[in-house]
Formats: sequence, C-alpha cells, structure tokens
Amino acid sequence: MAAPLVLVVLVAVTVRAALYRSSLAAFIAERVEVASPLNAWKRVVEGLALLDLGVSPYSGAIFHETPLIIYLFHFLIEYAELVFMITDVLTAVALYLAIQDFNKVVFKKQKLLIELDKYAPDVAELIQTPMEMHYIPLKVALFYLLNPYTVMSCVAKSTCAINNSVIAFFILATIKGSAFLSAVFLALATYQSLYPLTLFAPALLYLLQRQFIPIKLKSKSFWLYTMQYASLYLCSLVVIICLSFFLLSSWDFIPSVYGFILSVPDLTPNIGLFWYFFAEMFEHFSLFFVCVFQINVFFYTIPLAIKLKEHPVFFMFVQLAIISIFKSYPTVGDIALYMAFLPVWSHLYRFLRNIFILSCVLIFCSFLFPVLWHLWIYAGSANSNFYYAITLTFNIGQILLISDYFYAFLRREYYLTHGLHLTRQDGTEAMLVLK
Amino acid sequence: VAAGPGPGRAGAGQERRDELREELLLSPLPTGDVAATFQFRTRWDADLQRGAVSHYRLFPKALGRLVAALGVRELHLALTQGFWRTRYWGQPPLQAPAGAELWVWFQPTVTDVDKAWKELSNILSGIFCASLNFIDSTNTVIPTASFKPLGLANGTDHHLLRYAVLPREVVCTENLTPWKKLLPCGSKAGLAVLLKAERLFHSSYHSQAVHIRPVCRDASCLAVSWELRQTLTVVFDFFSSGQGKKDWSLFKMFSRTLTDTCPLASQSKVYVDISPKNNEKELLEVSPPPTSVHEAIVQGDKKTYAVYDLLSPSLFNTSRSLNVQLKWKRPQDSSEMPIPILHAQRYVGGYGLQTGEICTLIYNTHPYRAFPVILLETVPWYLRLYVHTLTIITKGKENKPSYIHYQPAQDRRRPHLLEMLIQLPANSVTKITIQFERALLKWTEYPPDPNHGFYVGSSVLSALVPSVIAMKDINVEQSPLFTSLFPSSDGSSYFVRLYTEPLLVNLPTPDFSMPYNVICLTCTVVAVCYGSFYNLLTRTFHVEEPSRGGLAKRLANVIRKFRGVPPL
Repeated sequence: MAAPLVLVVLVAVTVRAALYRSSLAAFIAERVEVASPLNAWKRVVEGLALLDLGVSPYSGAIFHETPLIIYLFHFLIEYAELVFMITDVLTAVALYLAIQDFNKVVFKKQKLLIELDKYAPDVAELIQTPMEMHYIPLKVALFYLLNPYTVMSCVAKSTCAINNSVIAFFILATIKGSAFLSAVFLALATYQSLYPLTLFAPALLYLLQRQFIPIKLKSKSFWLYTMQYASLYLCSLVVIICLSFFLLSSWDFIPSVYGFILSVPDLTPNIGLFWYFFAEMFEHFSLFFVCVFQINVFFYTIPLAIKLKEHPVFFMFVQLAIISIFKSYPTVGDIALYMAFLPVWSHLYRFLRNIFILSCVLIFCSFLFPVLWHLWIYAGSANSNFYYAITLTFNIGQILLISDYFYAFLRREYYLTHGLHLTRQDGTEAMLVLK
Repeated sequence: VAAGPGPGRAGAGQERRDELREELLLSPLPTGDVAATFQFRTRWDADLQRGAVSHYRLFPKALGRLVAALGVRELHLALTQGFWRTRYWGQPPLQAPAGAELWVWFQPTVTDVDKAWKELSNILSGIFCASLNFIDSTNTVIPTASFKPLGLANGTDHHLLRYAVLPREVVCTENLTPWKKLLPCGSKAGLAVLLKAERLFHSSYHSQAVHIRPVCRDASCLAVSWELRQTLTVVFDFFSSGQGKKDWSLFKMFSRTLTDTCPLASQSKVYVDISPKNNEKELLEVSPPPTSVHEAIVQGDKKTYAVYDLLSPSLFNTSRSLNVQLKWKRPQDSSEMPIPILHAQRYVGGYGLQTGEICTLIYNTHPYRAFPVILLETVPWYLRLYVHTLTIITKGKENKPSYIHYQPAQDRRRPHLLEMLIQLPANSVTKITIQFERALLKWTEYPPDPNHGFYVGSSVLSALVPSVIAMKDINVEQSPLFTSLFPSSDGSSYFVRLYTEPLLVNLPTPDFSMPYNVICLTCTVVAVCYGSFYNLLTRTFHVEEPSRGGLAKRLANVIRKFRGVPPL
C-alpha cells in the first residue's frame, strides 16, 4: 500500500509546485474564501515585519496568529512553500495511517458483534468486507491531497494547513490509543484555533472504548480515566500558553488571538455566515448574537455524545464539520479536512437521500463565489447581497450534506440490528420514518 | 471702537503690556492668481499659566482662559478650504491641510493629556463653530518627530503632543465670524475691514488659523510672553475673481478698500511682493506709491516688498481710502515658472474595493543639495496598511529611511501612524508606496452618503530646505510678521511644512436596506441546522404503521368516488 500512497503524494506535490510557479498563485492568495484574517499568509509576513521594526505584532489589528507561528516562521520564512507542501503531505499520511488503524478496529468490532448475534440475519450486504475497506485509507489521502480546496489553501500559504495537520495528528494519536499524545495534540489544536476544544468529547469516548471502560456516569473507572485525560489536556494547554508568553514576554496574544476569534470584530467577507450578519446587526444586539453564534458551535457536543457514544469516530467527523461551518472565520481549508473523511463512510452511499443535489449545490457555489466577488468588488455591478446569497446557499449545502450522512449512518445502524427487509404486521413491505 | 489712551499702551501703572501688530501680504503668484495673507499678532507680557489674570484687554478672554485652565503650552488650529498648489504657486508662507487641523502641546504639569485634549477640542468646537468635537481617539495621533514646538520649550516629551486632522470639515462664514470676533478691533477698523465673507469664500484657497505660543519677552529671554497669531490666507483665482486679467487691486479682491487704522494696533502695514522674477527688472507696478520699500531674504530667496504703513500720516492725506493696485508693465511670459525646491503629491493607486495603494511622490529640485524630510502619515483604521509592502524608490534604487516609527492601527480605536525620515538626493523624485486593504464596516459606521467615500487626511512633510542665499538672524520685533512664524536655527536653511492632497477612498458597502432580511435569513440557516440535528438526535427510526388517512386523504377519496376512479 505504500507505493500508491507515494504516487499520490508525488502527484499532489507536483500540482502544488506547478501552481506556485504560475501566475495563479497571486490570484489565489488574495481570495477571501481561502485566506481569512486569521490565517492569511500576508498577515504572517506583516507580523514578522512588525517584529523587525520593533513593534509588537499584537499591538495592531492585523496579526492574529499564535506566537507559535511567529516562532516557526521566524526561522522558516524562506522555505515557506516547502513548509506548506510538507504540512499537506504529513496531514495526508497521518490520515492514511489513522484510517488504516480505524478500519482494523471497525472490522474487529463487526466480527465481535456478528459472533454475539447482535445483527439481524439478512444484513449480509451491509457488512463491510476487508476487500472493500482495503482502498479506503488511500482514498482518504487522495481526497485530502487532491481536493481543489486543499490545493488552493496550500498555494495561498494559508496557515489553515498547519491547523489541519495538528488535528490530523490528534486523530492519529487518538485512534492509535495513546492518551498522552492525543491530549498534547488536542491542546495544540485548541491553542491554534480554539474550536477543536469540542473534539475532547469524541476523543475521550474513543479512548474509553479502546480501554474497554463502560461509559456509565456512575462508574468510577470512567471518571478516573476522564480526569486523567482532562488533566493531561489542561496541563499541556497551560504549558503551551506559558511558553507563548515567554516568547514575547506579554499576554497581548490572548486578546489578539482568542478575543478576536470570539468577538468577531473584523467583518471581512468569507464563506461563513457571521460577516454579513454582524455588518447588518443593530448595535444593541451585537453582543447577544455574538454569544448565540459562539454557543452554537459548542452546544451540539453533548447531545451528539449521548447519541453517538458507540461511534466516536463518526462523532468526530460530525463535530469537525460543525466547527468548519460555524466557526467565526471559516475557509475552504477547514472544509477540506472533514471532506477527506467522506470515503470512510462510502458504505452509506445507498442510504443518502440528496447526495446529487447537494454535491451540485456545493460545486456550483464554489464556482460562483469568485464570480460574484468580482462583480461586487471590481465590476461594481452587483452588491454585497449577491455574495451573501451564495454564502447562505453554500452553508445550507454543507449542513444538509452532514445531516444526510448522519441520517444514513443512523439508518444503517437500524437496519443492522433490525434486518434489511422490514415487514409490517400484515406482511407488506414497510417504510422507515423518524418519529 | 473705544479710543484707548494710545495704541498698544496699557493703563497707567500696569506692568503687563500687550501689543497688536497687523499686516497684510499681497503676493502675485506665477499662474496669475494673487495670494493675500493677513496676520494679526497680539503679544501679551503676562504669564497665563500662573497668576490669576483677570483683566484681558487685547488678548481674547476665551482663548486666554482656555490656555490657563487646560494647561496648554502651544495651540495651533487651522481651518482650510481648498489646497495650496505648491508646484504652481511656490512655497507657501504657512500651509494648512484641507479641513480642520489641530495640534497642541500641553504643559508637563498636565496629568491626563487625553482628557485635556478631549475637553480642548470640545471647547474649541464651541468657540469656532466647527465640528471639532468629532476629534476622538480614532483620528488623534502622537507624532514623535514632526511638530516640534514653535515657541519656547524646555524638554519635549512627545507624549504631551496631540495631533488630529478632520479632512471632511467644511469652512464657511460661520467659522469666519467667531474668528473675526477674536480680533481686538473686530472687523470694524484696520485691515480686518477687508474680510468680507462673500469675497473670501469665492476663492481657490481659504485658510484661517489661530496660533498660540509662549515667546521670549526680550533678547535676554528671562521672562515669557504669550503670543497669539491669527492668520488668514486666501488665494484669488485668475479666471473667476480676476476675470482673466492679471491686474489686481484691493477693491477687485475684497470689494472694499482700507479706510482707517485700528487704534489699538501698534503697527499696521500692507506688504506687496514686487520681487523681480528671474533677475529681470521690475515688471510689477504698484499704485499709490508705497511709503517705503523693504528687502528681505524670505525662504532662501531675496525678495523686495513695497510697504504701505497705515499708521503713517501721509498715507490718508490725499484720499480717505487706500486701494492698492498692482499692474503689470508688460505681459509676463508664463513659460518661466519657478519650481519650488520641495514639493510633493499623493494619490491612491489600484482598482476595485478590496485593496489599494497610497503613493506619495516627493520632488527635490535643488540642483546640488540633498536634504532630509520627515514624512508623517495618518491613515484611518479601516484602511489596513501593510508595512511590509512599504517601498521607497529614488532614481530607480531603494532608499532606506534612517528613522521609521510605525504604530499600527487598532480597529475602532486608533489610526495608523507612520513617520519616516527620508534623505532626498539632489534633483530627484522619491516615490513612496504602501499597500492597504479596505475593511467592511458595520452598517451604522458609514456616513450618510457612503458612496462618496472616506477621506484620508493629508500627510505632512517637514524639512529644513537649504536656502539659495544665506539668511541673517532676524529680530522678531523689527521684521515683518510673515518672516518670523517659524524659528530658524541658522541662516543656511529655512523650515518648511508642506501638506499633500487629502485622499478620497471608497469602501465596500453592505446593503443598508436589509438588516431585518439578513438577520432572518442567517437565523433561518442556523435553524435549518438545528432542526435537522434535533430531528436526528431526538427521534428514532420506527416502522411506519399504516394510518387510516388524514382528512386530506378522505376528501380526496370522496372526490375520486365521484369521478369513478379507484380510491387511494
């Protein structure tokens, strides 16, 4: 399996290198869908230039990266393109290894449940076989590396690639079962962009499952393990934040990075829902709606944890998607990360209801974004409502895609336990509804 | 006007003397326009800071109380309409940027400078009927190298300095009236009778300013006096005011003539610049004949002035009114326009509403001398400057500034401040470019006409320009007022402060008619997510039981029975 992966990596690197040398690189770097105020490369360069001038990069409102990025790029600024290409490759390789391990876990669990007779007798066609699961890790790596969103993100040198890489390593560490590494990478991911905090729940559930600790609120071993994991996570977070303090000897980065993410002062258009909402908000309600929108990202965690406690990796996928859609400054790089997981659920294809329409919506909106931006900003023949409409449609497309996959997943689980051919009491074929 | 006991002399027994000098300078400009600069200088030998000063005579009480109460050391306020075209009109005696400009040095005893600044701008707003109350932290900066004190100073901690400019401010008659009221004679006698609003505002450039500063009382400088200068510069246009003819007169410019002097003034003079251009003989003829001729070296050049001393008894002998007339002896060639040694221009480059570029061009036309210039740029926070894109190119090569002070903006709190010391080589053009990104503001932050654009205040260039002819040390009391505004350190160069054009930049706008729609639509999308997830999380799959059919189904079956079609 290594050879096809190497081939994919080579193709991806070639595509990126070719784009770096072409004239499209400057065009892509300026696109607001790819570069947001949080992760644009221009702002990283600006922050380093401010540091050279003797001014703290956090004294202005341009630079919102963590001190870790300053530290990293202080040394690597000349090799920036190489750094981003390597980051993408590392992410793909991490996802490949993670999904390979995950497949083994899925297969083992499936075997156990078949032996325990938990499945209905006629679900043979729903069971995943090693044959069809063989190529999934490669497909995941392919989906991530050759996704146009990822390629654009890499060519624009958006630091979203670094965030994705950290999350990918976190997923790898979790699936391999190492609680310490998982906590460290999760702390790093939270330190970088705050929202991966919600991935604590699926990681905990997965590790508990792997340790065969039952998830019951009364169980002592559950609380013990949770406390251990939480303390590992919090300690790594504190250590990383204190190291950042010592880099520039000030706590200025906390309001500049986390205050910025949470209070959304910069209304630069992006593919998310926040910018126009707060541009048109009545001043009186601004704080209220900021709080509502931020809570919206975090509050799906507990209900999802209750519903999906047996399937923590799917939970992680849904949580990643929710973060990508509702975070304050989303970019296409964030979307590329959760889309890389879609091949893992390819066995759900038969239960997806609207996949054709949704993929058309997503593809058309991706093409319309630059067109309507040009019409608004350069041609002057459209106004901001056009771009906003595409934002709305794109986000509805993403939301319906995720809920479609969720529906398909739950439906397959129902069929596995109740049988594929359902009959009503009188013997005729039955329909399945959500009630 | 009360006739006092003699011009300039206070009542018997008082040590505190105050003195008023007024002066008008008429200078014909190379393009055929004429510039008239009025200066009214009140010098008061009193210490406004300490001591309860209760009797104000020539010095206006409003300003005196302001200086004492708020601990002001120097105050400079200018309200300007139009732009001084340095390239065509020559170096200005005193330039001000378009709009309102206020810069103040506070005394070291002031503890909270920001609070004093806010109070000061509000009080001045009331005194001059100008919207100076819009000066707040989003347009105030603390320059470190430009705007050094023009009066006496011991120690210059730049944290006591505040500078703000309001480029959108419009100047009109209601600003002129309170300004005239501060003059001791008002607009009833002396040179101020010429200040009629309907002529003054029908001009290319109108700038009125107030300068308050402490000066040395005498040569030994043991005591401090306070000086108030009110200056008004107006440029009358050759085509609209001059009707295409280059002959000017006081009546043609101001529709008034001078009739008598201000009894409170100790000196009242009219200077007319009759310097020959390009070493030729005099082309300009003035009538009536002047009382004297004065030669001075002003801004590095030898200049000749015809002086009309309004206090001399011979002036008003023949007629009750004085109408100075300027006539050209022969038509002037307009091909030889002298180019000033230092001039600059600024413009916005780029297209679209996302990014842009501010380009400043600074010209040094001196044939062999290089000199440094300090450039101060204040850019509002919503144009996000990227200082790593700052490039300074002179003669095709990069020119690194020897001093650079950059303070980045904070959203909705303070503007960008960029100060640089740039060396200008002889006979060169220096191009300074910096890129910016335009921000999208909240819909309530746009002015009523959002598509008009947003103003960026003029940038300030301060330089010591080398003079062609060495200047002698001047005695402030003896020389004309227009030569003594800026202190000169040595005779080899003179101080010049130039302002570039203000810029007008468009920002992308949201649709102002749609706040409810936007809120509803966005909340709908969030609700779609919430609804889908709620359904999937709280409901479970069930096999569908056949229902007897709702009302709609039964009604449909009834209609089908009538049609003769099998029921559902």
